[in-house]
Amino acid sequence: MKEKVLYQLKDKAIWVVFVILFIGFTIANPRFIETKNLFTIARQVSMYGIASIGMTFVILIAGIDLSTGSVITVVNIVCAYLMVNSGMNMVLAVICSLIIATLIGILNGFMVSSIGIPAIIATFATQTVFEGAAYLMSGGTPIFGFNEKFKVLGQGYVGPVPIPVIVMAACFAAGSFILNKTFFGRYFYAVGGNEDAARLSGIRVGRMKYLIYALSGFFAGLAGIVLLSRTNSGQPTAGKGYEFDVITCVVLGGVSVNGGYGKLSNVLAGVLIIGALSNGMVLMNVSSYTQMVIKGVILAFAVGFDCIQKKKQGDQ
Amino acid sequence: MSNEYVLELQHIRKEYPGVVALKDVSLSVKKGEILALIGENGAGKSTLIKTCSGAVIPTSGKLVVNGKEYSSMTPQLAAQNGIAIIYQEFNNVGELSAAENLFLGRPIRKGIIIDKAAMEREAKKAFEQLHIKIDPKALVKNLTVGYQQMIEIAKAIQQDAKILIMDEPSAPLTSAEVESMFEVVELLRKKGVSIIYISHRLEEIYRLSDRIVVLRDGEYIKTLITKDSHVEELIHLMVGRELNESYPPRKECINNKEVVLELKDVSGNGDIDISLKIHKGEVLGLGGLVGAGRTELAEMIFGSVQKEAGQIILNGKEINPKDPREAIDLGIALVPEDRKRHGALLGNSIMKNINMPIYSRTSKLSIINKKIEHDTAEKYQKEMAIKTPSLHQLVKNLSGGNQQKVILGKWMAANSELIIFDEPTRGIDVGAKYEIYKLINDLVEKGKTVLLISSEMEELIGMSDRILVLSEGRITGMLEKNEFDPDLIMTFASAVREEQA
Repeated sequence: MKEKVLYQLKDKAIWVVFVILFIGFTIANPRFIETKNLFTIARQVSMYGIASIGMTFVILIAGIDLSTGSVITVVNIVCAYLMVNSGMNMVLAVICSLIIATLIGILNGFMVSSIGIPAIIATFATQTVFEGAAYLMSGGTPIFGFNEKFKVLGQGYVGPVPIPVIVMAACFAAGSFILNKTFFGRYFYAVGGNEDAARLSGIRVGRMKYLIYALSGFFAGLAGIVLLSRTNSGQPTAGKGYEFDVITCVVLGGVSVNGGYGKLSNVLAGVLIIGALSNGMVLMNVSSYTQMVIKGVILAFAVGFDCIQKKKQGDQ
Repeated sequence: MSNEYVLELQHIRKEYPGVVALKDVSLSVKKGEILALIGENGAGKSTLIKTCSGAVIPTSGKLVVNGKEYSSMTPQLAAQNGIAIIYQEFNNVGELSAAENLFLGRPIRKGIIIDKAAMEREAKKAFEQLHIKIDPKALVKNLTVGYQQMIEIAKAIQQDAKILIMDEPSAPLTSAEVESMFEVVELLRKKGVSIIYISHRLEEIYRLSDRIVVLRDGEYIKTLITKDSHVEELIHLMVGRELNESYPPRKECINNKEVVLELKDVSGNGDIDISLKIHKGEVLGLGGLVGAGRTELAEMIFGSVQKEAGQIILNGKEINPKDPREAIDLGIALVPEDRKRHGALLGNSIMKNINMPIYSRTSKLSIINKKIEHDTAEKYQKEMAIKTPSLHQLVKNLSGGNQQKVILGKWMAANSELIIFDEPTRGIDVGAKYEIYKLINDLVEKGKTVLLISSEMEELIGMSDRILVLSEGRITGMLEKNEFDPDLIMTFASAVREEQA
């Protein structure tokens, strides 16, 4: 019984951290807990949240996707270009952009699965390639002048709730559905836990990898669209460094970098913690470089914690 | 008397938690002698030689090297005493030259600069001494396995080894390479080097050795003078136990001569021209030594490795499974040898493990039917008698026997017709073993067909309807039930018969 309580506590530990953090920031600055500020945090993290779903899948199979930031940039530029320079209908432009994002994911899948390039290198290559490509396409200057309706996605509200937050919630619901209700979720955990045993249990591991990297590209693309709508201009460096925050959110949410273990609900906590931390630190006038130091330390601690767990299990 | 021996192992005992690997084993080697060490898989040969290198610390007993007594060795002590081991895996660095490998870790230097020319000169001398023709400048990765082994031997001699222990040295070599290795070994004997030679190829032992030490189940059995012994006697000593374990009775149900699986000249994955037929409701045993190509054959049938030639015919239709998924859908299942690495998904629950191969069949629009998932798991948990408090229990928390039952349950759920077992009871305690045997019998009585790979002689004889023996990727023998005989199987497995025929 005691073991069960401990287990529950450990499983939800990240939410405990979340609550403590909230109380701490509120004491430091009472403005932090105001509803308006909370929704601001939620809106700020929504891009991370959306992209973190694909990243969760990738890390669940012990992979990594460093191209997330680039995909966001590519989507920014491509969608902006299509709408402004090609005069394309905005829905069509969004769909085209998402298809391109997914294709970049499939390219990652091809390199990782069919060629066998380690994920960290394969996605690092796509990161560099598409960061450059987006810059070339935009000529290095922002693209703006969208249809007025386009900014609703990133800046609109339903009641008091910002639309990006709703999009993020919908994505988490979809992600949870895939992980828990479909056999793909079962396969992801199996592949992450033990690729060989998964293959010998009849899972086509190669195809799973294609699917997962494609999904990662898709969710990153969606995050890119929301970002574009929020900033209302296509920036040639829009997504730079996004992958770092997204990976931090996911591992902070307890997804094992060794694969096979993790929950999307806890990833949401990871996302909110990073959001609260950024927001809280801004309110406390912490410089962005200090923030980088802190986030880096958090990432190392989160992964270190996971690895120590793994080691302990190995010793048993 | 004691001066006659350069190395003596006295009453060596080695215990691991729950297992005694060596029980009171003694042996001694004279100067300039070749002592063969033989025994079945798991007889304790490797553990014994590791006590000589310091890799294994004996629980009790002592080692006497050149008259000095030690309770255990360390790698440094072993080197100081001139003990060197040639393992099956070489310690060569492929990107370096033969000469550099010879002086690996202790290069000849001029100040801080490595003196390549001097090393090549010395290497040339060392190779010539052993009549080995290797260019000292050649990169090791470009040399054949035989030459790589020669470098290892030369390295040992260079470091003044007086006692050379060779673990299955002929296993990776071609027959021509084996000949040159023999010449080197003979040469070393003449130079007064003592050699402990481990092999399961009996013809080599007869050709090289002066005396033979037989181990069985971690126990010392006998020392024989090679020239006074016979092959039959040797095999009997190696296998030699009474078949005392009991096997659950099985209803005879192979009145049926319907062929389920037929292989016609299947080659690939290290196997050559394998032809066989397995009938419905039969247990076909596949015997042989480790590395005989049995697992490799299973991999080809299961689609995890592609065959290169020949035909696999299942229920009269030729099949070419390109991955395990396809084989599973054709009704083939594999219970792999390494349960933890290949068999069970340890971090997943019993329920998920059992359902894993059939999720794609039982789901609609990829959405899992939780009722079917649960019911299927429950059904096979009961049928296999998996002992667990819950279907949500992670498989890593189960005992070996129960893990094996989960794997079997998975294949029953997948409705497999042909089940390949690869060493199904390795590392499983006696009680659970018996249960696994009963489950295999149940399968057969239900009309399923079993291919049983086993290195345990008793298990093979106790469970099989027919036995096929492989050696070095080829079928060397086929025994009907009335011909079952441990000595005969061992003979086929060592491929001695082929030599005599």
